[in-house]
Order: sequence, then C-alpha cells, then structure tokens
Amino acid sequence: MRLDPLLTERLVKSLLWCFTGLTIFVLIFIITFISVKGLPQLSWTFLFHDIEDMGRTGGIFPTLVSTLYLTLIALLVASPLGVGSAIYLTEYTLEGWVTRLIRFGAECLAGVPSIILGLFGFVLFVIKLNFGWSMLSGGLSLAIMILPTIIRTSEEALKAVPKEYQDVCFSLGISKWQTITRVVLPCALPGIMTGIVLSIGRSIGETAVVLFTAGASLRTPTTLFDSGRSMAVHFYILAREGLSMPNAYGTAAILIISILLINITAYTLMQRFLQKYR
Amino acid sequence: MLTRERLIEKVLLLLALSAIGSLALITIFIFLEGLPIILKTGVRHFIFGAHWAPTKGHFGILAMILSSIYVTLGALIFGVPLALACAIVLAEFAPPSLTRILKPTIELLAGIPSVVYGFLGVVLLVPIIRGYLGGPGLSLLAAALILGIMILPTVISISIDAMNAVPTLYREGSIALGATQWQTVRKLVLPAARSGIITAIILGMGRAIGETMAVIMVAGNALSIPTSILDSVRTLTANIALELGYASGAHREALFATGIVLFIIIMILNTAATLIAGRK
Repeated sequence: MRLDPLLTERLVKSLLWCFTGLTIFVLIFIITFISVKGLPQLSWTFLFHDIEDMGRTGGIFPTLVSTLYLTLIALLVASPLGVGSAIYLTEYTLEGWVTRLIRFGAECLAGVPSIILGLFGFVLFVIKLNFGWSMLSGGLSLAIMILPTIIRTSEEALKAVPKEYQDVCFSLGISKWQTITRVVLPCALPGIMTGIVLSIGRSIGETAVVLFTAGASLRTPTTLFDSGRSMAVHFYILAREGLSMPNAYGTAAILIISILLINITAYTLMQRFLQKYR
Repeated sequence: MLTRERLIEKVLLLLALSAIGSLALITIFIFLEGLPIILKTGVRHFIFGAHWAPTKGHFGILAMILSSIYVTLGALIFGVPLALACAIVLAEFAPPSLTRILKPTIELLAGIPSVVYGFLGVVLLVPIIRGYLGGPGLSLLAAALILGIMILPTVISISIDAMNAVPTLYREGSIALGATQWQTVRKLVLPAARSGIITAIILGMGRAIGETMAVIMVAGNALSIPTSILDSVRTLTANIALELGYASGAHREALFATGIVLFIIIMILNTAATLIAGRK
C-alpha cells in the first residue's frame, strides 16, 4: 500500500517540526534553567570575595582572576601564530601541498579532544619543561586548543577582502608587507576579531585542559608560575563533590552568561563584516 | 627592501607551521609516554584485556573501549535524528526569517561548556532514570542522552550548510515536476547533500567520543563491560581524567597509552571527515 504523497507530506512535516521544536526547547531550557537557579546567587560578595571552606562559602574572586589570566596568555600566544598562519595561507602561497598540509594540521588539531590536550600539556609543560601546575602551562595548552579557530576565521576574513584593493596598492608601487599591514589587515580586522572573541568563549568554558595544566589551587594567582583554578574547574569541583549547590549554580550562571554574551559579540562582528563586503 | 620582504615571508611560513607542528608535538609526546607500556603489555593484551588494575600491573582497556563505543553510538541514536530533523526544517521548510534567528541561536549553544551539560545531567536526568528505569541512574543511558544533546549544534549547523549548498534551481525543477516538498527533500536534497551530512555526523561522533567532563559526571565510571544501558560505564576519556591526578610510573604510562588509543580513533574519524568533505 502506498500512502498518498500529500498525506505523507503533512505527516512528515509535522513530525520534523515536532523534533525541531523539541531540540530548540531542550537547548533554550538549559540556559533558562541555569539562569533562573543561578542568577539569584550572584552578589557583590560572591563575585569579589575569596573562596572559603573549599567553596562551601565565600566568593569566586580567585577563579575570575585565574580565568582571565589563562585566557589572556592563550590569546597572546595563539593570536600572532593564528593570524600569521592565515596571512601566509591567503597572501603568500598558491594552493599546493604546503597549504594542504597546513590546513590538514589545523583541521586535525581542531578535532583533538581536550583530554588529549590536557595530557600533552601535562607531560610537556608541567613535567618536562618544569613549569608545574601554573598559569603558564594552562595558558599555553589553551593556546594550542584555540589556534585552529583563529586560523580558520582569520583566513576567511582575509579572503573576503576584495583583491582589487591589493591590485591598486601594487600598481602604486607599495610593497607586499605594507599592503598587508596598511590595507588588508585593517579591512579584515572585524573578521579576525570574531575568531579571537570566539576563542575567548572557548577558553573560559574549557575544563579538561585547564584541570591538568593549571591545577586547582584556591589562591589568587599572581605570577606566571602560580597555580589557580578557573571558573569552569571550580564549578566542576563544586558540582562533583557536592560542596555547595547554590554556589555551583551561581558559578554556572556566570559561565554561561559570559560565554553567551561573548559569542553574541563575535556573531554580530562577523555579520557586520560580511555585510560590508557582500 | 627585497631581503626584508623575503624575511617576512620566512617568518610567516614559520608561524603557519605552528598548527601542524603542535599536532606533531602532541603525537610525539603522547606516543613517547604511552607506547612503552603498550609494547610491554602486548598490543593484544592491552586492547582486548578486560582487567584494569593499574596498581597491580593489569592494563587491559577493553571495557573502556567498548563503553566509549556504546556511549558514542547511543549519542548518535538520540542526536542524529533530532539534528537532521532540525536541519531539514531550518534549511527547507521554515520561513527564512525564522531560520535567520534560529540558526545562530543553535550555534551559540555550541559554546555552553561541557561541565554545564554534565551538571544538568546529574541534577535533572540521572534522578529521572534512577526513579523510572531503576539502576544507579549514573549510566550508559544518561551519558548517551547528554552527549546526544551536546552534538546537536555541531551536526545541525554543518548539515544546514550542506543542504544550503544544493542549488535552488534543482528544487524548483523538482517542484515544477509536481513533487511535494518532502519528496524533493528525500529524493533530491538529502542525496545531493549526503557527503556534507555524513561529515557532520562523523564530526559529531568525534565530539562525542572525545568528550570528557560531561561523561565523567553522568556515566558512573564503573570498571566493567556494560551489559545493559542502565549500567554504570567508564569511557577512555573518563579513565584518563579520573586517574591522571594521582597516577605515577607504569600507571601514568598506561593512561597515556589509553590516550594513544583515543587519539588513533579520533584521527581516523577526522581523516574520514576530511576525505568525505573534500571528495565533492
């Protein structure tokens, strides 16, 4: 027996719409649930006080500092490497085995699970180079994690800049490097920033990499070689050991909301940039 | 002037090698640390041995390999139908104005940290499973459900891109011949976007098998080969993360060896995804 195509059409469509509704509901629910439970916990003391009694009371100030510290190191290391890679890929070579190799490397690196990056950071930075569990080890490991994102978005941004701009520069006798730094990069900057902003979001939310390279010290880190726990690690420990549910919800709310705001910023930047060149 | 330009080019090439260089370093260090213990135990005993008691010198990771595979398959069973339905609706059926809002929203959700997913699993999902289905609650089923949700944004977003890449002209031809919208999707858009959709699923699979924090929190981490979906399981990733903190000597090497197995699985998946995506 064959079903009438129009009936099938209607059945399938309603089923697919139901699935879509469910998917979107689940995703929206996650954000709402955490915000409703977590936002009431937030207060001046929660944000700007030291962790007390392993996180049962007190605030999360040291974790804010650690998170900023780690993210900053990761960005300082990964941005030049990533943007440099992208400039080389788009401006200096033709498609060939070198570019294919570099792109393949970046794609594979993007797929490496965070626990493997954690293992690697642990053996190389913490043990072999003797940085210990520290901001430096954590930041460098995070830098490797965000490198592929920065390369990919920067490459797309550089490609979007019209070739005519460069032709004009060359016809005026301006050198290649000057063309890139004075014309191409400024034009591509919003697009490049998108990748960097997205990377900030990923660094803030990452747990496995940071746990094994930056440790989980409760103190506020000051030097590069101090250990410290990021917000995500703190949240993980609070939740896993059941130390304090209200504090766990509060930390989760800050994590999620800051990451969402960061990603929305990245998205808006990219939209503006694309509109300009379309 | 010319030499300066050449110098800049060389420096940029060096920077460009950073990604592949990091990948090489990761591979070298993981293998250097982990390979000796695999060779000492024997590849067969390591991979097919079911007994893991690292402090007593037993290094068999079969239970974890199987758990990782089951959890990942479970995630695909839950996640892929939802993701594909969502992608089809957003790419084909929904009015463009709705897609313009929903697609970025779904992509934003890819940024939610895995610990948050794990936490929600513990707080909401695990009690439901324990209450209605029995068992410890922390289980293969819980891990599969949470991972299924976690891979949604990845699979949806890449599938939508794949379907959007199918020229509108084809669809118009099909509709003009009297096909319904669903017939057009099933017979034309899906086959045409197949390689992109398969890539999306493989990448989702890679995400699921490599996920650590969410799985540790909801899977229960028991060291045995699961016989039911309500059993507590320990995946490869969880094994590394749980024991790395205190392991030393041969035990730590065995954790790196676990990492090697995971790394090889992921590399195979990535290469497959790259090959399929590049075939068009």
